[in-house]
Amino acid sequence: MLAKRIIPCLDVRDGRVVKGVNFVNIRDAGDPVENAIYYDEQGADELIFLDITASHEKRKIILNVVEKTADDVFMPLTVGGGIKSLADIRELLHAGCDKVSVNTTAVKDPYFISRAAEKFGSQCIVVAIDAKRVDNNMSEATGEDWFSEPSLKGVCLDLPSKIPPFPPLLKGDEEGLWALSTHGGRKMKLIDAVRWAKKMEELGAGEIMLTSMDKDGTKDGYDIELTRTIAEAVTIPVIASGGVGNLEHLYEGVVKGKADAVLAASIFHYREYTIKEAKEYLKSKGVPVRL
Amino acid sequence: MIAIVDYGIGNIRSVEKGFIKVGADVRITSDPEVIADAQGVVLPGVGAFKDCMRNLDNLDILGSIVKEIEKGKPYLGICLGLQILFTESEEFGFCKGMGIFKGKVVRFKFDDNPQMKIPHMGWNNARLLQRPPVFNGIPDKSYFYFVHSYHVVPEEENIVAARTDYGIDFVSMVWKDNVFATQFHPEKSQGLGLKILKGFSDFVAGNH
Repeated sequence: MLAKRIIPCLDVRDGRVVKGVNFVNIRDAGDPVENAIYYDEQGADELIFLDITASHEKRKIILNVVEKTADDVFMPLTVGGGIKSLADIRELLHAGCDKVSVNTTAVKDPYFISRAAEKFGSQCIVVAIDAKRVDNNMSEATGEDWFSEPSLKGVCLDLPSKIPPFPPLLKGDEEGLWALSTHGGRKMKLIDAVRWAKKMEELGAGEIMLTSMDKDGTKDGYDIELTRTIAEAVTIPVIASGGVGNLEHLYEGVVKGKADAVLAASIFHYREYTIKEAKEYLKSKGVPVRL
Repeated sequence: MIAIVDYGIGNIRSVEKGFIKVGADVRITSDPEVIADAQGVVLPGVGAFKDCMRNLDNLDILGSIVKEIEKGKPYLGICLGLQILFTESEEFGFCKGMGIFKGKVVRFKFDDNPQMKIPHMGWNNARLLQRPPVFNGIPDKSYFYFVHSYHVVPEEENIVAARTDYGIDFVSMVWKDNVFATQFHPEKSQGLGLKILKGFSDFVAGNH
C-alpha cells in the first residue's frame, strides 16, 4: 500500500540553512548537507530545499549544496525557489535533485510548466501554490499579462463585479474561495487557486505543493478545506503545507485534507517531534506510513 | 566496470552516486564500445518511453545494449530501464521497445476511482515472488520509492519477481537469468535501495 509521505522542508539562503536544526550532535547546524543526513537517518520520505537566496549571482551555490547532499543522501530531493528557465531546471536535475518546485515563474508564464514537463517529464515538475482565502484585501489584487488569453481565462477570478466591496467569507464556509498569493502572502493575484491547480495539472505538473498563506506560521494546523478541495479537484498528488503545530495536524492533513504527503518545517527543526515519532503517531491512527 | 548508460534524459547522477557509495566501479557512458567492454550494464531512467527509445536509437546504442543482454551480460534496468525491455508501449500511440520480454507497457487507469493519483509517487511495498540474487538481504514487503504513470504487463508470469499494490497488483520487478529490472528507484530508496545496487555490483563481480 502506498505510504503517506512526511517531508521536512529546509529554507536555504546563500548555501546556509536558515532556522537549522538546533542540536548538539550536528557539528554545523547551518550546513544543509548535515541537516539532510539528520533527516535521512530519521526516515524522512523526501526532502525539500527551499532556496531563498535573493541575489541571482549567488544562485549557483544551491547547485553545490544539491551535489554534496546527493553524495550521501539517497532519497528524493526537491528544490524550489528562483527557478526561471529550463536551463535552471536542467542544472538542478544534473546536480542530483529529482524534482523542482516552481511558483512565480508559472504564475508569470503558465506554459512554462508545459515546456518543462515536455522536456524533463511531469514526474519532476512540482507546482507550488501559495493560496489565501479571498477577503476584502482582494481590492488590491493584480492580474497577469496572459489574462486575456482564451486558453487560460478559466483560471481568472471574475472580480470587477464583486469588488469593491467583496463580501467577506465566513470561516468554514462551504464554498471556500482562494486566490493565489505572492510575496509571502502580502500580495494577491486575481487567480482562483482551485482552477489554477487543475490548469497546472492539465499543463503537465506532476505534483502540487499547496501552502495556505492564512495558516503558514500559525501552528494552528493546515487549511483543511483548501487542502481537501484541491486534493479532490486534481488527480496528481498534493503535498499539504503551512500551519503544522503538532502531530494531530499531520493526521488531519492526510485524513480530512486527503493530502498525499505532508510537509512541515519548524516542528522538526526545533525537535518538537522527530520524523519517527510523527510516523508512529500516524501509524497508531491507522494511516499507512513507511517505518 | 559497470556501464551506466547516458542517453540524455533521466537523473543518472543519483545512480552513479549510489554505486559509488557501495564501492562499485562505474562509468557513465553513451559509447557502444565502453558498453561492450563493461562487465555489467545499468539503464536508469525517468521520463517518457518514446524519448528514451528515440534517444537510445539516435545514439546508436540501442542495438548494442540488446546484443549485450542477449550475450548474457548482467543488466539492471530502473523504471524506464525496465519498461523498455518489453515489446511495446501504449504511450503516445504505440512504440516498440527492445523486445527482450514479451508484453506491454500500459498506463494506470483509475477512471472509477479519482482518489487514486497518477503518477504513482512515493514509497510502496514490493511483495517478493522470487528471490533474485540482487535481492540478498532484502526483507519481503520492503518499501521502495516509485514514481511512474505506466507499468508493465508481461506475457510470461515466470519473469515476475515482485508485485506491488496500487489499485491493481502491478509488476514492480522482473528477473530472468542475468536480466534484473525494477519499476522502483533503488538509488532513491535509502539503505535498502543501496543494498540492491550492491547486490547487482556483487553479482557482476561474481559473474565475471
